[in-house]
Amino acid sequence: MTTFFRESWIVFNRQLRMNLRNPAWVIIGMLQPVLYLLLFGPLLEPVIAQLGGNKYTWFVPGMLVQLGIFGAFFAGFSLIGEWREGVIEAERVTPAHRSALLFGRLYRDLLQLFVQAVILVALGLVMGMDASFGGIVVGVVLTLMLGGACAAASNALALTTKSEDVMAPIINVVMMPVLLLSGILLPMSFGAGWLERLSDFMPIRHVVDAVRAAFFGDFDASMLWGVGWTVALFGLAVWWGTSVFKKENA
Amino acid sequence: MIRARGLVQTFHSGQGKQKKEVHAVRGVDLDVEEGEVVGFLGPNGAGKTTTLRILTTLLKPTAGTASVAGFDVATQAVDVRRSIGYCSQVGSTFSGAYAGDEVVDHGMLYGMSKKAAVAKGQELFDKLQLEGLWRRMPKNMSGGQKRRLDIAMALIHSPSLVFLDEPTTGLDPQARINLWQHIADLRAKQGATVFLTTHYLDEADALADRIVIIDRGEIVASDTADNLKAAVAGDLVDLEVSTDEQVVIARDKLGSISSDVEVDGHHVRGRVARAGKAVPGLLRDLENSGVGLESIEVVRPTLDDVFLTLTGRSLRDAEAAAEATPSPNAPAADVPTEGARA
Repeated sequence: MTTFFRESWIVFNRQLRMNLRNPAWVIIGMLQPVLYLLLFGPLLEPVIAQLGGNKYTWFVPGMLVQLGIFGAFFAGFSLIGEWREGVIEAERVTPAHRSALLFGRLYRDLLQLFVQAVILVALGLVMGMDASFGGIVVGVVLTLMLGGACAAASNALALTTKSEDVMAPIINVVMMPVLLLSGILLPMSFGAGWLERLSDFMPIRHVVDAVRAAFFGDFDASMLWGVGWTVALFGLAVWWGTSVFKKENA
Repeated sequence: MIRARGLVQTFHSGQGKQKKEVHAVRGVDLDVEEGEVVGFLGPNGAGKTTTLRILTTLLKPTAGTASVAGFDVATQAVDVRRSIGYCSQVGSTFSGAYAGDEVVDHGMLYGMSKKAAVAKGQELFDKLQLEGLWRRMPKNMSGGQKRRLDIAMALIHSPSLVFLDEPTTGLDPQARINLWQHIADLRAKQGATVFLTTHYLDEADALADRIVIIDRGEIVASDTADNLKAAVAGDLVDLEVSTDEQVVIARDKLGSISSDVEVDGHHVRGRVARAGKAVPGLLRDLENSGVGLESIEVVRPTLDDVFLTLTGRSLRDAEAAAEATPSPNAPAADVPTEGARA
């Protein structure tokens, strides 16, 4: 286990150095939810008035999850670049654990997501968001786990397709129903009954509900569903990612 | 150092009714002794890279067994990886990272401390003429410098066996010859066993103690370059005489040591095994028979002649055909994914 952490830490350090040399994508990734917060948030005022509560306490959790999903799902693109340059093969021929090669990259994605989440939450608080510290912590942790799941899935997809041209449309196809059916932008309860029932089958919707509940301090059954789905998605994606790293090898 | 028996690698290509099996490697047997430099020669698509990927644990064989540095590639893959260095044909460093950082990180993945990896890395940079490039990114290096950096990556943990996959492909002639010297030093100065794949005849000839020729997934020959040339093709001896009578005598004398003598005007030619030993006696015979030669030329066969004799086609033609037809063995990038493996 010590060896695993040491190896994943080496991979993490390497990845972090490369990211810090080219921080443009971190900033671009951050810009989207911030723009949503600044330019879309005010439009929600009359809508959220029907639900009661602060519009940013309602909206920031959705933006957090969006950040976690969308930012992390693009992590695999950089892996394709590394694969093309022979970096992945060079790492695979070392005795390092295959899972450490994946986890080192996940640490980088999670650190990036954490920094972005902190900025987003801080901005939300400045704009009047009303949430307890404990609720924020729980919400951010759930977001990080979901982000980790998406990053692991993205890396697995990248090594499976080995092509940006194949990967980009797949991500788009997956992302569109996630965005529309998870209540990130507007509550699903605002829609027709059938739409809400349909969204019950969308795991991310439960995660969004849980993060939102955490921010509102409602630690009820919806929280359990959300935590359950987050843990399940994380476990499943990490298993997929690790098995793809292993499968490429003997 | 390497022992492989009956290695088979089969890929599936295409989908649905177009799906078909591609037999990249068909029962390869291989033995490499400690301290040997072995050239694995064949055209693109012959099965070189696939065999090498099996031996470096990057690919699990469909059938057969192989042990590398005393460890089984399938069941003791981690031990194999600890013992070998691998220089892939596509490179091994991220173009936007500092060269020194890449080498140190790579060494640390082999369990080296940072201090030890830095020290070893700097030593390798000196040996491989990469001085002053520690803080340079590979994208700003020449092709030759990048390949030497790849070799430094492969050597950072002082492996006893180094696999080099087409190490000089894409380099200009000067950079190639420079890199050859460094590859020769791997054995001479570091005592490493070297297994290199190449489709360059001159490279195999210049570097390898022994040449293993693979074609269409099968080993067709394995011996020293000299023995292969002598056994398969022989040296071409061309005698030029001045009269028709001398042509008859020369044909008879050359025919006593060659089975395929041809006459072309006043030239008499024939293939002779180990001409260096046979020609002095031939010259004495001709002199004793009163034949004064106008000229004599001994042309050593090339490995292409060997390949032609063994496979019925020129290595260069095979190369051109392979380049026109994508193959599962060509660059590593073209190898179908594990999911598509049989």
